[in-house]
Amino acid sequence: MSTPKTLYQKIWDSHVVHEEPGLPAGAGQPALIYIDRHLIHEGTSPQAFSGLRAEGRKVRRPDLTFAVMDHSVPTKDRTLPIIDTDARLQFEALEKNCRESGVRLFDMHSKHQGIVHIIGPELGITQPGQTIVCGDSHTSTHGAFGTLAFGIGTSEVEHVLATQCLVQSASKTLHIEVKGKRPAGVTAKDIILAIIGKIGISGGTGHVAEYGGEAIRSLSMDGRMTVCNMTIEGGARAGMVAPDETTFAYLEGRPFVPRGKAFQEAVDRWKQLHTDNGAKFDMTVELDAKDIAPQVTWGTNPGMVTGVTARVPDPGSFRDLNDQKATERALIYMGLKAGTPIVDIPIDRVFIGSCTNSRIDDLRAAAQFVVGKHVARSIKQALVVPGSRGIKAQAEKEGLDKIFIAAGFEWRDAGCSMCIGMNADVLPPHERSASTSNRNFEGRQGKDSRTHLVSPLMAAAAAIAGHFVDVRDFDVAPVE
Amino acid sequence: MQPFSTHTGKVIPLDRVNVDTDQMVPKQFLKALTREGFGRILFYDWRYLPGEKPNPQFVLNFPRYQGASVLLTRANFGCGSSREHAPWGVKDYGFRVILAPSYADIFYNNCFKNGILPAELSEEQIEELFQRTEKEEGYSLTVDLPSQTVTDNHGLKYNFDIVPSRKEVLLKGLDDIGTSLQHEKEISAYEKANAATATMFDPVDIKNYANGR
Repeated sequence: MSTPKTLYQKIWDSHVVHEEPGLPAGAGQPALIYIDRHLIHEGTSPQAFSGLRAEGRKVRRPDLTFAVMDHSVPTKDRTLPIIDTDARLQFEALEKNCRESGVRLFDMHSKHQGIVHIIGPELGITQPGQTIVCGDSHTSTHGAFGTLAFGIGTSEVEHVLATQCLVQSASKTLHIEVKGKRPAGVTAKDIILAIIGKIGISGGTGHVAEYGGEAIRSLSMDGRMTVCNMTIEGGARAGMVAPDETTFAYLEGRPFVPRGKAFQEAVDRWKQLHTDNGAKFDMTVELDAKDIAPQVTWGTNPGMVTGVTARVPDPGSFRDLNDQKATERALIYMGLKAGTPIVDIPIDRVFIGSCTNSRIDDLRAAAQFVVGKHVARSIKQALVVPGSRGIKAQAEKEGLDKIFIAAGFEWRDAGCSMCIGMNADVLPPHERSASTSNRNFEGRQGKDSRTHLVSPLMAAAAAIAGHFVDVRDFDVAPVE
Repeated sequence: MQPFSTHTGKVIPLDRVNVDTDQMVPKQFLKALTREGFGRILFYDWRYLPGEKPNPQFVLNFPRYQGASVLLTRANFGCGSSREHAPWGVKDYGFRVILAPSYADIFYNNCFKNGILPAELSEEQIEELFQRTEKEEGYSLTVDLPSQTVTDNHGLKYNFDIVPSRKEVLLKGLDDIGTSLQHEKEISAYEKANAATATMFDPVDIKNYANGR
């Protein structure tokens, strides 16, 4: 019998195009690996195309490359001209680059437009067993389908455009097992924040993570994508969940997925994509879902996180001197006092969106909480930004837009929006958000802005109360 | 790419853990179309007060560290966003070497595409270098890639590890793409052998597709 392999090793092995003879990849020596799908957006691709042009090189596989406008797109009326000149020039550059190279582009007027990591799965471009890259660290999202997906820099974007391959060293493997059932009010977002809180933001560095356990298996694809999306915030470049019936059911009938007999053949192939019994991981982490409370970040990186019933920590409670200094800095930046109960933190704005939490399950969870209620008077703005126009259409079909608007939320068009604030959706200086996005770094949502990362359910509840509340105190239906 | 062999330069201490790439080049500068000019942007929100006045509290603006080309910092440097604008800024500012106990994966990779050497030393060694930099104005280090050593004028000598292939990329200033294209036959053979995954399935009726689930 052959040596048992992890899911990661299976995908890696099936994508090696070239290895230097005598130098096994395990020794840190790189191999040339094939890239099945390459996703690009306006922000990190223009320099890659200019690089190609300067060397007289061509896009090798435009048919395997997909482009979308997401980072800087306005989420209000798109029939108006783009007033941000720099953003407009980037959109024009992407359009020209795609036209000249034959790459399919979902521009901001396409009905399939959306955040790159939302539309890949939604259109069925993302499929199990593939290698997928994009010039964006949240490419890890696609790992929810049992793909090896990770973010790359612009030079690597250029490399993939030219060769459809990447020079990569094999990563170590990390198994993250989340046992048991999720309590009501605890979502995929809380699971991944709790994991990052446990391993730290560099805990997974050098590794590819594979998630398992009942609490992961029982998640919908939307929930699994949330978990894999934030894998990078724990330092691992890629996170994956082995495909199963949930995965196959999600994919069937999507435009880029094979149909009929070809679909059955694909499913048979995809069923091989799991870690073999006896395969060894380099590191293992275990959590029990019953110990996970709804999570809220209090600091300036996603590892600075705690349960909603806890208090803002005291810098002195950390053993490591660097952690103490970082916590002190974070509390000053966040305008928080050590010892403050999390539920006493007042909120200025609420953002429900981003590649982490803007899928239909997220919007349903938030909508079912706010139905018949209204955002607190102290809230200056509450935004709902669907991850794609497809999700927007679906939500409108279900009447979710009306629920949000009646509750005092703004209902917007699809894009990255206030997660990164590259368009007009910016969190003003010293204002505090409850945000369903992925990063609470200094200045992330706007200069001197203060971000608290939470689940869509927690964000919705904070919008209604004007401060954080424990959603478990309310009668909430189980959500992803 | 500019090759890297040996570099001697003044050290600047950036005493923070987990410096993320959002801090190196904030989002408002990601709308560029070229790789140039990011040195002025590097650590923008820490470095400048309103009106782009230098913030005297930030180490990059201390007179004693002007002209530094070796960036000394703490663990998990370069975490977060994959933006290569961060190493473009590091390089354009004038840094050739970064010294830290650890780096985030994507940033680390990106350094090698830009002729920057991100050398890894132990926490204790980094702490010692912080102290020496603090003590001696104009403290400088020589970082030698062929011998994988960091040395100062007072007899300090540290060795660092680096994967041989990465070392070669820097030493020769290799064009990765050119190297990979030499394997064109193997790439084509792979595509033929793996037609099921390396072929794009034509989308079914995408014009009329509305996400229904």
